Amino acid sequence: MSEIAEKVKAIIVDKLGVEESEVTMEASFTNDLGADSLDTVELIMEFEKEFNLSIPDDQAEQIGTVGQAVSYLEANVK
Amino acid sequence: MNLRRVVVTGIGALTPIGNNSDDFRKALATGVSGAAPITHFDASLFKTQFACEVKNFDVQDYIDRKEARKMDPFTQYAMVTVEEAMNDSGLDLDKINLARAGVIWGSGIGGLKTFQDEVTGFATGNGEPRFNPFFIPKMIADISAGFISIKYGFRGPNFVTVSACASATNALIDAFNYIRLGKADIFISGGSEAAVTEAGIGGFNAMKALSQRNDSPETASRPFDKDRDGFVLGEGAGALILEEYEHAVARGAKIYAEIVGGGMSADAYHMTAPHPEGLGASSVMTLALEDAGLDPEAIDYINVHGTSTPLGDVSETKAIQKVFGAHAYKLNISSTKSMTGHLLGAAGAIEALACIFALQDGIVPPTINHFTDDENLDPDLNLTFNKAQQRDLNYALSNTFGFGGHNCSVIFKKHI
Repeated sequence: MSEIAEKVKAIIVDKLGVEESEVTMEASFTNDLGADSLDTVELIMEFEKEFNLSIPDDQAEQIGTVGQAVSYLEANVK
Repeated sequence: MNLRRVVVTGIGALTPIGNNSDDFRKALATGVSGAAPITHFDASLFKTQFACEVKNFDVQDYIDRKEARKMDPFTQYAMVTVEEAMNDSGLDLDKINLARAGVIWGSGIGGLKTFQDEVTGFATGNGEPRFNPFFIPKMIADISAGFISIKYGFRGPNFVTVSACASATNALIDAFNYIRLGKADIFISGGSEAAVTEAGIGGFNAMKALSQRNDSPETASRPFDKDRDGFVLGEGAGALILEEYEHAVARGAKIYAEIVGGGMSADAYHMTAPHPEGLGASSVMTLALEDAGLDPEAIDYINVHGTSTPLGDVSETKAIQKVFGAHAYKLNISSTKSMTGHLLGAAGAIEALACIFALQDGIVPPTINHFTDDENLDPDLNLTFNKAQQRDLNYALSNTFGFGGHNCSVIFKKHI
């Protein structure tokens, strides 16, 4: 697993209070990991802070799974 | 119109002198101080460096970490005491009508720590408006009542009263009135506060409202003492389950006490100073007595607002003498803030509990830390200095007054 994926996983475990084993690439924040809309916003903000980038709202709305977050970050983190 | 009777059928407490209602009851009778150097933050630059904090408390012993993270400490304190009170009440959620069960909570300030942290984060950032999505819902005072209703499924009236240091008494009186009027059968009520933060201490310091007796925190809260120099900030919560009398009897509930009257008034005088003659304070006690249909002579004990400020303590005793006349000398009067410090919007909740314990146990909790008489106070008043006094009580009255000139008085009757 990439360094980015490791960090993303750790943030999700911390913020959503879920087990590491639940955080699979296919897992949806809302359907599988129990996040509500505010949790999702908070996760995006944590990614922005951790990786020092800004994720525009229209792109943030496309990030609904762990895998989508990792792909986005791997493509955009410099 | 026939008003229904209202009784207290469950209690919970998280205070600077006891983390549950049993420990709080014992500490009140013993006369201990909850004041100590501040541990929540480094207070070394502050004029006041001590407070009455809740001690040995780890929220994760009570609330799942994921849930607790979304709650300001004032809501965490609320959830902990409400859980104790609900367990104590023996209410079976499957057997009660949840549409006729409500929550009226009190908090003077709400999520001060959350507000402070978020605004500090913004102010120390690069100017980009980055706020946590939970900032507003964590901070607003009413979220406490919201969380309580979500946990227990209470779908009746739901709100938080905000009248500074009168907030929790306001909440109790509101809940009492809704039950009396038949609008609901059960309320979770009480109040919580968590203002021992940089902003809380610094803000009250700027008003010169806090004691600065840093060399002796445990004697700093000394209501009615000549050398009192301000209040000691406290934190915590108190919860009471209010229930319609017949409803409580029908399910065989344990009854702590009956609430028989409440009064609410305003000073209409000054932002923070009490009326010098205690006008609002006297009118509110009179209103509570009228509401209860009691003569002043019926009252045995007054748990005063008595915060240990130079002005407030004098004007409150003047008001008591005005309302009670010669009977004032037969009253037991005490300020339990001498032990707990001032819990602001939660004060009325834990002081309601102090009244209930006094009625049940026949023990009047003391005003500790009395060293020197104040010549501005009538020496013949029994202010229950330093040691608890045994006395068979029938009625106890609790006063709370808030910045803004809000006054509340509520009367409890011993349940036999």
